Amino acid sequence: MAQAQKQKHAADTRPWRDPNAIPFVRIEAVSKRFPNGVLAVDQVSLDIYKGELFCLLGGSGSGKSTLLRMLAGFEAPTGGKILIDGEDMAGVAPYNRPVNMMFQSYALFPHMSVEANIAYGLKRDGMAANDIRSRVEELLNLVHLPGYEKRKPGQLSGGQRQRVALARSLAKKPKLLLLDEPLGALDKKLRERTQYELVKIQEQTGVTFIVVTHDQEEAMSLATRIGVMDTGIIAQIGEPNEIYEFPNSRYVAGFIGNVNMFEGVVTEDEPDHVRIRCAETVNDILVPHGVSCAPDQTLWYAIRPEKLQISRERPEGDANFAYGLVDEVVYLGDLSVYYIVLESGMRIQATKPNIDRWDEENIRWDEHIYVTWEGAAGAVLTS
Amino acid sequence: MTLMDSLAADSRPWAFLRRLLAKAGLSGRGLVIAAPMLWLLVFFLVPFLVVTKIALSELVIASPPYAPMIEWTKGGELIVKLNFGNFQFLFSEPLYLNAYLGSIKFAAISTLIALLIAYPMAYLIARSGERTRNVLLMLVILPFWTSFLLRVYAWIGFLKGNGVVNNVLMSVGIIHDPIVMLQTDFAVYLGIVYTYLPFMILPLYANLVKLEDDLLEASADLGARPFMTFLTITLPLSLPGIIAGSMLVFIPAVGEFVIPALLGGPDTLMIGRILWDEFFSNRDWPVASSVAIIMVVALVFPIMIMRSAQDRMEEKAK
Repeated sequence: MAQAQKQKHAADTRPWRDPNAIPFVRIEAVSKRFPNGVLAVDQVSLDIYKGELFCLLGGSGSGKSTLLRMLAGFEAPTGGKILIDGEDMAGVAPYNRPVNMMFQSYALFPHMSVEANIAYGLKRDGMAANDIRSRVEELLNLVHLPGYEKRKPGQLSGGQRQRVALARSLAKKPKLLLLDEPLGALDKKLRERTQYELVKIQEQTGVTFIVVTHDQEEAMSLATRIGVMDTGIIAQIGEPNEIYEFPNSRYVAGFIGNVNMFEGVVTEDEPDHVRIRCAETVNDILVPHGVSCAPDQTLWYAIRPEKLQISRERPEGDANFAYGLVDEVVYLGDLSVYYIVLESGMRIQATKPNIDRWDEENIRWDEHIYVTWEGAAGAVLTS
Repeated sequence: MTLMDSLAADSRPWAFLRRLLAKAGLSGRGLVIAAPMLWLLVFFLVPFLVVTKIALSELVIASPPYAPMIEWTKGGELIVKLNFGNFQFLFSEPLYLNAYLGSIKFAAISTLIALLIAYPMAYLIARSGERTRNVLLMLVILPFWTSFLLRVYAWIGFLKGNGVVNNVLMSVGIIHDPIVMLQTDFAVYLGIVYTYLPFMILPLYANLVKLEDDLLEASADLGARPFMTFLTITLPLSLPGIIAGSMLVFIPAVGEFVIPALLGGPDTLMIGRILWDEFFSNRDWPVASSVAIIMVVALVFPIMIMRSAQDRMEEKAK
C-alpha cells in the first residue's frame, strides 16, 4: 500500500510539466485595485496543482499577500476569476470556501485553550464531541505538541503557537491551505527546523499548500515551485533551481540569491554562440548558445558568485575572464566570499568553498587575480 | 550603580530635591503613589468615617441635629454611645428596602438598555476609519461640554405635555392628545440612559478597538458566519469592556438623585430621593447617614466581585 502510494507519488511529482494535468487552483487574470486607487495585483494568471507546495515570493508591496487574501475570500478581485477545484469562487464567502489559512500573526483566539482553538472549525461543522477530541489529539501529535490541550495561547512560546496555528488550519482537512509568512516570526534555528517539519506535514497530509513569503531561502527550501512577484505581477514561475539558475529578468536574478550583473552589447549573434562586449569585464563574454536578441542590443549577463573561479594565472583565450584586485575576503566557515574590484572599477563577489582546513596558498586580501567562468554558467537577460 | 551613573544622576537639576527627600525617607516613586492615597484618605475615607459616626448617633433637635458620640461626664467617665437604632429602623420600615430595590432595578435596567445601545455604537466607532473614528468619539464626548443639570432640564422641555415630542407628534397627526411622558418611570430610564451612555460607550470602544481583524478573519476562515464570530470571538473578548462600562453606569445610577427628582413622578422610588428627603426635609441626619452607609456597603461588594472577575479575565487573556 505504502509502496504503491509512493510509486504513484513519484510518478506525478511534477504535474505542472504534464500538459494534460488539470490544475487544482486556477487564477485567471486576477486583478485587485483598492478603493484608494492602488493596483495591488495586476492581471495575475497562475495554475497550481494538487499536492503542490507553491511559494509566492516577493518583497513588501509586491501583491503576494493580497493574492493570498483573495484566495481565502477576504478580498474580492476587481477583475479576473479564481477557480478552486473547478469551482468559481466569485461571491463565495470565506466561511464557505474549501480553504483554510494560517495567519502571519497566527491569530489564535486568546480566550480559548489550544484544544478549543483547534476544535473551533470542527465545531462550526457540527462534528460530534468525541470525534473532535480524537481529531484534536491526532493534530497535536502531528505538530509534536501532545498534551498541550488545556494551555492558553498566552502560555505558549512563539514556536508552539506557530504549530498550534498550523494544527488549527489543518483541522478541517482543507483542500487548500494558505500560509502567510508561516515562519516569519520564528528565530533562525527554529525556522530551519520548522521548514523541514512543514514540508513533512505537507507530504503526510497531501494538502495543497500556497505559502507567501519574502524570504527567498525559505521559498527555495520549501517549494515545489516558486512564483516571484514584483509590484503586482508575476515576474517568473518555476521550480526553485529554474528560478535560481535560469532567471528570466534582472529583477528575479537579483531578488533570489547573490548575483554579479554585467551589462554589455551583442557583437556576434550566431545560432550556436553569442559574443558580448562588456566594458565592466574589459574582456568579452562568450556564451556557447544562441540568444534571441537584436544586433547591437544591450543585454545583461548574470552570474552567481559560486560560478566564478579565481586564480593567480591568466587563463587562456580572449573571453570569459576579468582582472582585478581582491578588496575584501569574508570568511564564513563553510565558504569564503571574495570581493573583487575589477579593472573597470566594478565590484563583484566570488565564493570559494573551504575544502581544506588550512591552505597556505589561499588567495588573500590585496592580491591581483583573474576571475574566470564558464560561458554557460551565467544567464543572459534581455530585461 | 556605577560611579558614572551616580555622577550623571547628581548633575540633574532636581538632584538636590531628591537628596532632600531621601533624607526625609521619601522617594519620588513613593510620593507619586502617596498623592492619590492622600487624596482618597482626605476626601473619601475621612468623610466616610464622619458619616459613619453620624449614622451611629441619636437624633436631637439641635444644630448639628445629632447627639455627640463621645461624652465626658462630670464624674470623669468616658461614655461612648453607639446607636444602631437608625439601622434597625431602616430594616423595619419597608419604604427603605423598597427604595433600595427600586434603585437597583432602575440602575440595572438602565445599564442593560445602555449596553444594548452602546455596544453597536462602540463597535461601529472602533471599526471605522481613523478620521471618522475621531469625529464620532468627539460627538460622544460633546454633551459633556454642557452642564449635566441643563441637559436634564432640556429633557423636561422635550417630554412635557406641550413639549417638543408631543407637539411634533400632534402636528403630524399621529396622536391627538399629548402622551404623558414626564414624571413617569419611562422618563427616568430615558434620563439615566441618555446621561450615562458615554460612560458605557468609551470603555467598550477602548476594548473593541483592540480587537484584531485577524481574529475575525480566522474565525470566518474556519467556517463561522458573522453572527457566530460575534458570539464566540467578539463578545467574549469584549467582556472586560462590558463589565467596565456596566460598572460605570450602574454605580452612579443607583445613587442617582437629580434625574428621578426632575424627570420622575411622585411614585418613582429611588434611594437618592429618600436620602434627600431624610436629610433636608426631615433633618434626620443620622437616618440619612445610615441610608448612605448601607448604600455604599451594598455597592462595594458587587463592585469587588465584578472587579475580581475582570482581573481574572484579563489574566486569562494574556
